[in-house]
Amino acid sequence: MPDGSFAHPQQRQFNPYTDNGGTILAIAGADFTVIAGDTRQSEGYSIQTRYAPKVFRLTDRAVLAVNGFAADGNMFVKKVKQRLEWYRHAHAKDMPLHAIARLIQTMLYAQRFFPYYVYNILGGIEEDGSGAVYSFDPVGSYEREACRAAGAAQSLVQPFLDNQIYFKNQKAAAGQSHPAHLPLSDVLAIVIDSFTSATERHIEVGDGLEIYVVVAKGRSPQGLETMRNVQELSTRPDGDRMFILRRELKKD
Amino acid sequence: MAAASVYSGAGFDFTNEIRNNFLTERGIPLPKATSTGTTIVGCLFKDGIILGADTRATEGPIVADKNCEKIHYITDNIRCCGAGTAADTEFTTALISSNMELHALSTGRKPRVVTAMTMLKQMLFRYQGHIGAALVLGGVDVTGPQLFTIHPHGSTDKLPYVTMGSGSLAAMAVFEAKWRPNLERAEALDLVSAAISAGIFNDLGSGSNVDACVITASHTEMLRNFVRPNERVQKERSYTFRRGTTEFKKEEVRALVVEEDVTFISGGRGTEGEAMDTS
Amino acid sequence: MDHFPTNWGRPRNDAADPYGTYPIHQRPATKDTFAEGVQRTQQPIVTGTSVLAIQYKDGIMMAADNLASYGSLARFKDIQRLHKVGTSTVIGASGDMSDFQAIQTLLDEVVTDEFTHGDGHDLGPAEVHEYLSRVMYSRRSKINPLWNSILVGGFRDGKRFLAYVDLLGTTYSAPSIATGYGAYIAIPLLRAAVDGRVDELTEENARALLHDCMRVLFYRDARSLDKYQIATVNASGVHISDQIHLDTSWSFAEGIRGYGAQTQ
Repeated sequence: MPDGSFAHPQQRQFNPYTDNGGTILAIAGADFTVIAGDTRQSEGYSIQTRYAPKVFRLTDRAVLAVNGFAADGNMFVKKVKQRLEWYRHAHAKDMPLHAIARLIQTMLYAQRFFPYYVYNILGGIEEDGSGAVYSFDPVGSYEREACRAAGAAQSLVQPFLDNQIYFKNQKAAAGQSHPAHLPLSDVLAIVIDSFTSATERHIEVGDGLEIYVVVAKGRSPQGLETMRNVQELSTRPDGDRMFILRRELKKD
Repeated sequence: MAAASVYSGAGFDFTNEIRNNFLTERGIPLPKATSTGTTIVGCLFKDGIILGADTRATEGPIVADKNCEKIHYITDNIRCCGAGTAADTEFTTALISSNMELHALSTGRKPRVVTAMTMLKQMLFRYQGHIGAALVLGGVDVTGPQLFTIHPHGSTDKLPYVTMGSGSLAAMAVFEAKWRPNLERAEALDLVSAAISAGIFNDLGSGSNVDACVITASHTEMLRNFVRPNERVQKERSYTFRRGTTEFKKEEVRALVVEEDVTFISGGRGTEGEAMDTS
Repeated sequence: MDHFPTNWGRPRNDAADPYGTYPIHQRPATKDTFAEGVQRTQQPIVTGTSVLAIQYKDGIMMAADNLASYGSLARFKDIQRLHKVGTSTVIGASGDMSDFQAIQTLLDEVVTDEFTHGDGHDLGPAEVHEYLSRVMYSRRSKINPLWNSILVGGFRDGKRFLAYVDLLGTTYSAPSIATGYGAYIAIPLLRAAVDGRVDELTEENARALLHDCMRVLFYRDARSLDKYQIATVNASGVHISDQIHLDTSWSFAEGIRGYGAQTQ
C-alpha cells in the first residue's frame, strides 16, 4: 500500500482449540459407580449435533467421560483405548482402574506444553470391589473422589452434588449420621435431576443424556434392569455388570 | 468548581468513562449486562402485522430469565421487539413510548409507526451504537401496516418480513422459504411461530416459549406464550429439607415487643404519687 | 534483512545480551529474523461456501454450489466441490479450494494404493472419514491446518453414513449437516424436515428439500451462486448430478419505497 498501512500482510493467528460445551458427571457408590454426560455438541451459539457421546466404555469395569474440545477428547479416548489393548496383549487381563487413572495422568502430562483441552472423569470398580471416581485436570493432576462434575455446567452441578452427596451444609438429625454411600436409585435420581436442572439454566447443556452404571461382581443392580431405556453391556454374566441408561433432555 | 461536580445534567453520565477504560486495559472488564440472545421477527400479512419473539434472556452461557417479555408496548397500535442489551431495549422502548404518547396528545392525532421509527433511529444514532438495542418495530396506522428494523447505530430497514438477534438467520431461513404476500391471519401466525421455533431449537441464545402479537387496523392482540414447547420436566426427587438442617453456632432469642414499666416519681398528675417536697 | 549491526551474528532469538556489548536500554527490540520467512499460519484464499447434506430413506444426499470466491470476488463460477472417493463415498468441501484439491489428491492416492493390494477390500465412507479426520487433526496439531470444513457421506452394507470434519479435527455425525453459512441458514430447515423422519424421506423429497435450502442460501449468503450440484449415494453407488440452476424471485418488496419515512 502506498501509505504503508498494509505493508505486512495481516496475520490471523490460528487457534488450534475450541470449546464444544456439554457437561459430564460421575458418582461412586459403595459397590457401583455412575458416569454420565449429555450428548449435545456445540460451537458458539450453534448445535453441531444432538447426539455425540462423551462417555466411553474402556474395559468391563472402567468408563471414561471426556469434556472440553471434542477433537482432543476423541483422540485422547482413542489413545487410552489403544494403550489398554496393548496392556491386554502383554498381560492377558484388563488394566485395573487405579492403574488406568495413573496411565491417564502420564498421558495428559506428556502433552504439558500443548495440552489436550479436555476434562476427564474416570469411573468404575476398583480391584477391592468398591466404586471409584477419578477426576483429572487437562494436564494430569488427579484425585480419587466420591463425586465430581465437569464441563460447561460444573459451577451449577458441583455445589448441588456437594450438598446432596457429601451432605455439605446439612446437619444430621439428632443421634443420627449421614450415610457414607447412597443407594443406586437415589444416585440415579440425583444424576438425572442434575442434568435436567443444568439444561434449564445452561445454554450448552441438553438434547440427550447417557448414564453408564457399573455394578461390582456379585452385587445387585438394585432394580436397574427393569427401568425404561436400559441396555446391559456386560460381556460376562459372572463378572462386573455394566448398564447404559438413556434419557431425553430439552432441545432448546 | 464545587457546583460543577454537584450539577447533574440530563441524559447519560459519562464521568466514569476514562476510569472504566483504564480498568478494562488493566484486565478488569466491565460487568456483563443481561442480553437477550434472542430471536425476534415481524411479518406482514393480509390484515396487518404480526410480531414474534422467544422468551430466553442470557448472561453469557447462563439463562438469566426463562420467560422474559421481548415484545414491548409503544402505543395501542404499535409494538416493538427488542434484541441486544436487555436494559437498553427496555429503556429505549419505554422512553419512546412516553414520547409517542406526548406526541399524540400534542398533535391530537393517532400515532404513526414512522414517528416511533424516526424517534428511535435519531436517539440510537445520537449514541453512536453505545446503546445496544436492535429492534423490530411494527404497527398499523392511518397509512396502513408498517414494519421496520432498527440497528444499534441507527440505520433502519423497511421490508415485508424481518428478523433480528442471534437467531435471525434461523428465523429468516423460514421466512425466505415460506413467506408470500397476503397471508391469512392463521397462516401468518403459524409462519411466525415456525420462524421463532427455528431460533429456539437451533440457536443456543434463544429458547423457551413463543410470544406473538397480532396488530390490525382495528385491534391489537398480544399472544403471550402463544406456544410453550419447552415445559420444565418433573424432577425425580423432592428437595425439601428437614427442619433444623442448617447448623448454627449460637442461639439468641429476643423479644421483639418492647415492654416498658412506667413508674411515676412525682405526684403532679396522678392520685397515687406523693407531692414533691418543696419545702 | 536485519539492519541493526548489533544483532548480526547473534542467535536470532537472543533476548539477553550475554557479552554486554550494547546498552540494553538502547538495543532495538529483538525479533525472530525468520518470522516472515516461514509462513505456516495461513488464511483461506480461494474459498468455497456452504455444503449441505442429509440422510434419506435410501442413502445420503449432498449439495454444494459451483462458486469459488477470491475474497468478495466471484472468481471461479464453474468449480466442482463434490468429489467421489472409491465406490461408495462422496466428500464435499467448503473453505480453501487449494487445500481441498490437495485433499482430493491425497484421497485418490489412498484409494489407488488400496486397489493395488488386490485383496478385495476397498475404503467405505467410515474409513474415508476416519482417515480424513486423522489428517485434519494432525495438521492442526502441527499448527499448519488444512483450512476446510468437509462433509463425508456414503452408503455401504445397507447403512447410511454422514459425518463432518473441519480444520481443527472436530468431528460429528447427524441426520443433517451443513458447513459455513449453511449451519445457520439451512440447518433449521433441514432439521425440521429430516430429524426423526429419515426413513420416510424419499429421494424426490430429499432433492426438493436441498433445492429449497440452496435457494434460501443464494438469497442470503453473499458468497454463494445459483448454480449447484447434488451428489446421491445409495445402493446403486455414487452419482453426482449435472449443474442445477436455481429459479429465484426478487419481487417480494415491490410495494415498498425507501428504508424509513419515504413513501414515494
